[in-house]
Amino acid sequence: MASVTHSFMKLFRGPSTVPGQGVRSVSTTQRLTRRSSGLGAVSRTLQSEEPICVLDIGSTSAANIRYLTQRGHKIYSEDLLEASTDPALITKDEQGQIILDSRRFLADNLVYPAAQFDIVLCWNLADYMPESLVKPVVARLWSTIKPGGMLLAFFHTREAGPDAPCYRYHIVDNDILEMQHVEARRDLRRGPTGALHTSIEKSFRLQRVFNNRHVENLFRDFGSIKFFLTRDNIREVLVVR
Amino acid sequence: MDMPKTGEFAHIGKSVVIKGELSGSEDLYIDGTVEGTIQLRGNNLVIGPNGHVHADVSTKVVVIQGKLEGNIRATERVELRKSAVIVGDIVTQRIAMEDGAYLKGKVEIQRETANPSSPPAPKPELQVEARSAAAGSTPVTKQ
Repeated sequence: MASVTHSFMKLFRGPSTVPGQGVRSVSTTQRLTRRSSGLGAVSRTLQSEEPICVLDIGSTSAANIRYLTQRGHKIYSEDLLEASTDPALITKDEQGQIILDSRRFLADNLVYPAAQFDIVLCWNLADYMPESLVKPVVARLWSTIKPGGMLLAFFHTREAGPDAPCYRYHIVDNDILEMQHVEARRDLRRGPTGALHTSIEKSFRLQRVFNNRHVENLFRDFGSIKFFLTRDNIREVLVVR
Repeated sequence: MDMPKTGEFAHIGKSVVIKGELSGSEDLYIDGTVEGTIQLRGNNLVIGPNGHVHADVSTKVVVIQGKLEGNIRATERVELRKSAVIVGDIVTQRIAMEDGAYLKGKVEIQRETANPSSPPAPKPELQVEARSAAAGSTPVTKQ
């Protein structure tokens, strides 16, 4: 599968995460509110009286679970960014470069029957996920979405720098999101005596900035793609299988 | 919910490891390790901060502060505290989650109506068919 690396893609050097035995994100209590046209488009399906299946691959969000279950829908929650910090995934490619083992990652994550979900909430995952996982994850997501199902993803625009803050997204209304800054990650390591030590690492680092062509290429197996441009440095993308 | 008073809940302490089928008709507080299944229909289960449960759970109410790997079926509600780590599916009438709780799995809300003709609750008893690590390999049954 072709790598996402491209001569005109903006890449930020440096690992997204530091290996550790377990990672729990720490978020601030302060939340920012933003209107989301992409969420608004998805919400038309969420207002359906028929129960639908939603997959949320962002940080576990009580608000999202509440919002969706109150409407009679099923929600599957799986924090893929946190799962990508598993040190057991670290391996080397043919050139000896350290990468994450996408096969092992997909053996443990996103294990669902084909065509299960009506909606997938991807949030900002592709911008922060290690490169070796991005395309395999998108391919797996495609297979789990029902024909006609939708995927909502957020991408930073060119103006975003490598220290662009990583946010968790909480649905509060049909087209309103609360953004909660992931400030630090609590990294658990087991020392030589077996005792657990906690170290505070910096938050997830922006790995790359996709341009429109790269986004289209990333979702080329989907039937249609729609971009929503916003005033903050975020591009919302809604794709339909 | 803080650690309940000993008289209100049956208590599995931090150092206790139980493997097997755990069932009963009283409330249970687990702060140790349980592997297998837990059936407490009509009663409450609390998994304390040190609790590590690797079991499918069937209760009325379950409050989780520790770790649970397995599916949960709670006829009334599920409460996930901020230190909770859940890997498994949840089916319940109501769910309350604190910020910080981790869930990998499904949440499905099923409204259930009470059966007015249901028989009265039997006397409290706790049955454990298990191999307790504390007792070695000898099966333990307590009534």
